[in-house]
Amino acid sequence: MANILDIRRRIRSVRNTRQITKAMKMISAARLRRAQDRALSARPYAQMLTNVLKSLVSRAEIFDPETGEPRHPLLAQRPEKNILVIVVTADRGLAGAFNANIIKAAFRFFAANEGKIVDIEAVGRKGRDLFRRRFPTATPEQTERAGPVQTVGEHIGVLGKLSFEYVRDFSEGVIDRYTKGEIDSVYVIYNEFKSVIAQRLIVEKVLPIEEIGEQTVAQAEEVSKEEREKRAEAAQAAGISLGEADTREMDRRAAAFATAQVDYLYEQSPGELFRNLLPKYVAVQIYRSMLESIASEHAARMTAMESASSNADEMIDKLTLAMNRVRQAKITKEIIEIVSGAAAQ
Amino acid sequence: MAEVLQLEIVTPERLVEKDTIEQIQIPGKNGYLGILPGHAPLITELGVGEITYTADGMAYYVAVAWGFAEVLPDKVTILAETAERAENIDVERARKAKERAEERLRSASGEVNYQRALVALDRANVRLQVAEKKR
Repeated sequence: MANILDIRRRIRSVRNTRQITKAMKMISAARLRRAQDRALSARPYAQMLTNVLKSLVSRAEIFDPETGEPRHPLLAQRPEKNILVIVVTADRGLAGAFNANIIKAAFRFFAANEGKIVDIEAVGRKGRDLFRRRFPTATPEQTERAGPVQTVGEHIGVLGKLSFEYVRDFSEGVIDRYTKGEIDSVYVIYNEFKSVIAQRLIVEKVLPIEEIGEQTVAQAEEVSKEEREKRAEAAQAAGISLGEADTREMDRRAAAFATAQVDYLYEQSPGELFRNLLPKYVAVQIYRSMLESIASEHAARMTAMESASSNADEMIDKLTLAMNRVRQAKITKEIIEIVSGAAAQ
Repeated sequence: MAEVLQLEIVTPERLVEKDTIEQIQIPGKNGYLGILPGHAPLITELGVGEITYTADGMAYYVAVAWGFAEVLPDKVTILAETAERAENIDVERARKAKERAEERLRSASGEVNYQRALVALDRANVRLQVAEKKR
């Protein structure tokens, strides 16, 4: 039987670990709250932009009245040969299966598109590390592709303090490649976040734009019920509301933007406005998916740390019980020795 | 006729400004526009520049980089990619951005890079200008 000192030492170590996981849980909860706020404050802009674009579609004759073909390259569908995939993972681990799930979804996507040329833009250190081990990395000097799947870019450490300017520059580069015809479509693989319990792992098509204001989901995966329950528990313990935030007032105001029943004067021609606004729309889509991924990451870490803490609780209970039993056994043994010693005299 | 305008400046990151104002100047893509209450409905793209408005007789300055504005007789809504009030501008950062842009202009290869560097330089210049006006 193990001795008391060992068990006591073990308990102390588990207790220390529990302290750390508890602290990490609290940090994640605070970050989650902030991430949720940021995702929320990005909404009015996105919606207003969508409104303007929608109202411009009819005025600017974006679609050729005779053939129905779009006149803007970002709307045009072409056969998919070269695909760009933006995979949004986290910079840090210890978030349960968060990163692994995203990477799994990415590999499923690669498998479904076998035979096509796939470029990866890796956002987040975890994804980057894995892709770098699996696939060759493109270098500026290379003239030939290293393989059907290769990483072309990485974005490390940007998720902690994501700025729209960064995303805009990134998406300008992507749009540039798209208009040049180097790539035929662009997908984002990320963890969508509507609320703590409403999350999906999705592959969303951002280019070409199929319908303005509508999400085009190529592949989606719901979170398991068990995982959802765990998340709900963790969120409740941390005092985070489960439902989606009430955004009706905000949405109503945003919906009124540029849709008043009046004849607007246009400083620029609707066609020109549309052309200039569309790239911003793409940037906003990518920005939103990153914000949601950040919120999901913190939610996942919070959940993971919550269950780690409760596992530690359980372990401490078990060890304490074992320790008491050993101690009791030792005392009993000593008494027997004394008693039998006395009886022998 | 309305005597005041409701102003809202929205960026992808947050709602920057919500105020009741008397008049506003916005940097339209084809030149500055002055707007008073009762203006005809208008939609315009914004260039890189500064927004100036007065509320309660006080002048305020905001630097914007690309945006989009809807003007209604009693309301002005501005969607801007970035919008910073004069007192919030990080002068040091703007100065560094300016140096970077100038550096890139000298060494830029290709039309696209050149254009981008120009835009970046513009943005930095406006930021610096606006920052000087802070009280």
